[in-house]
Amino acid sequence: MKPSGWQELLLAALFAMLAAFVPLVANGYWLSIAVTAMMYLALATSWALFSGPTHYISLATGAFFGIGGYLVGSMMSDYQLAFWVPLVVAPVVAALLAMLIGLATLRLSGVYFVIFTLGLAEMIRNLISWIQNNFLGSRGLYVLTDLRDQHIYWMLLAVAAVVYLLGWLINRSRLGFALRIIGNDETVARHVGINTATAKVILFTTTGFFAALVGAIIAPRWSYIEPNQVFSPQLSFLVVIMALLGGAGRLWGPLVGVIPFTIIWEWVGVQFPNQSFLFMGLAFLLIVYVLPNGVVGRIEQLRARLREREA
Amino acid sequence: MLDILVSGLLLSGTYALVAMGLNLQYGVARIMNLANGEVLVLGALAAFWLFTTSQVSPLLTVILVIPVAFVGNWLIYRFLLTPLVRRSKNQGQLEVDAILATFGMSFILIGIMVSIEGGFFAYKYLSEPISILGSTSSLNRLVAFLIAVAIGGALYLWLNHTRPGVAVRAVAVSTEASGLVGINVPRMSALAFALGGAITAVGGALISTFITLDASIGVVFTMKALIIVIMGGVGEIRGAIVAAAILGLVETAVATLVDPGLTLAAAYLIFVLILLFRPQGLFGRVSS
Repeated sequence: MKPSGWQELLLAALFAMLAAFVPLVANGYWLSIAVTAMMYLALATSWALFSGPTHYISLATGAFFGIGGYLVGSMMSDYQLAFWVPLVVAPVVAALLAMLIGLATLRLSGVYFVIFTLGLAEMIRNLISWIQNNFLGSRGLYVLTDLRDQHIYWMLLAVAAVVYLLGWLINRSRLGFALRIIGNDETVARHVGINTATAKVILFTTTGFFAALVGAIIAPRWSYIEPNQVFSPQLSFLVVIMALLGGAGRLWGPLVGVIPFTIIWEWVGVQFPNQSFLFMGLAFLLIVYVLPNGVVGRIEQLRARLREREA
Repeated sequence: MLDILVSGLLLSGTYALVAMGLNLQYGVARIMNLANGEVLVLGALAAFWLFTTSQVSPLLTVILVIPVAFVGNWLIYRFLLTPLVRRSKNQGQLEVDAILATFGMSFILIGIMVSIEGGFFAYKYLSEPISILGSTSSLNRLVAFLIAVAIGGALYLWLNHTRPGVAVRAVAVSTEASGLVGINVPRMSALAFALGGAITAVGGALISTFITLDASIGVVFTMKALIIVIMGGVGEIRGAIVAAAILGLVETAVATLVDPGLTLAAAYLIFVLILLFRPQGLFGRVSS
């Protein structure tokens, strides 16, 4: 992948400005889909910051997202704190956790990392349920705020924009260059003097931070928080599907995947409520066998072929 | 205390068997099969379904499952995974592709299983209490353990004392070198993958006699099998047995002394310790 230029940043800014007007024209059902799409866009873009260049499939999104949502519920319900407190605390907690996980697993081969993140959301959910039942008392966690769907949407849009900008800056920095070398060949990267573990840990910590932030922002939407609901392993997989479907090799790749997939996913949920697993499986197979570099990769491949023919 | 020891060790028998299956798939065929747990649950579903609809003994299902799972896994390897092996330029790319493809398969299997049986696979078979070394356990746990030991032992003998077994182990050591000495590597990989899948499904049928499963629990067993394989060292059968015993004991101890809901957390604790102190596994050699 090439460093994105100013042109791409300008297009992204234009898109963000247009997206900001969505709550003014859409309401009810379509606004709620827009919120979901914006949530996945922020999650998938931050996921791709790390997994795009390194090709490490992270399934930790659900765990960090859950930490965000759960801390909002717990801090507002158990300790009567204002909404902004967990909004600041949760991402920091998740970032610290991501850093520890990164330090333990990212020094080793990529498989260990994938396996570790695979059961992470489930494990943290078990742990929190246990703590809640034994030490905190199993009361419900209520999140009562004045925030409506459009406010959540704008906050998520802001997060997505920040993630995009950050990704753009990273791409142009030494860190981004180092990551691309790691993704091409880790041994080479090590031999030219790149501290591969540090670079990976920094990026992974960043994605943990943003996933928790998104989880915290979206929490008021549910008003009632349960560990079983916020620590959903399914979320991690959906984010992977959307990012890869669009193409994780480009900063704007996830955008291409998120919008159609969110709409299709909503439709599947209504039409075939019991077959969501089947569709998720088919989406993975589609990615591996038909679109290994995502829609964006396929388009670029076609364009390259056209150019060859002209030449 | 003795109770923990006995039931922990009985549990570890089936764990070791399932980990052997995964070991064949990852160590020999070099496919990180994350649908492993779903294949296990499929074996459990077969045992449950045959028992509740036509009173077929789960022990008979164990035998029935072997050829079915073998053929099924062979087809998966041949038609879905071989193209990935061919197109990958290096082991890293194959790993990513295999992980994504087996995720897809695992979700498709869950989807199919949910549509067959959406609830728990609950049935009672040989659940009378028995006494082992003064501690009470149930007969089904003992029977499952003995069958797991028998199958695992047979596999061990096959790998060490027959020609195809040695060929499979050679592929595990080096695909290139085995190709040079005239071993049909693609065929042996397919054989190992199919055999691994069959063993995993058998393990699932056995586990279902004493643990109640449901269609979406596979990932937990995938995690456990992976942790055992990593703890024992990839390709190490003795290592897998010791690691399975450790995991079985620790899980049982945590479940009885602290809380049954924390078994996965206990497995993770072991996993973290292994990653920090012996990433090559208890019995593994440091690879170059």
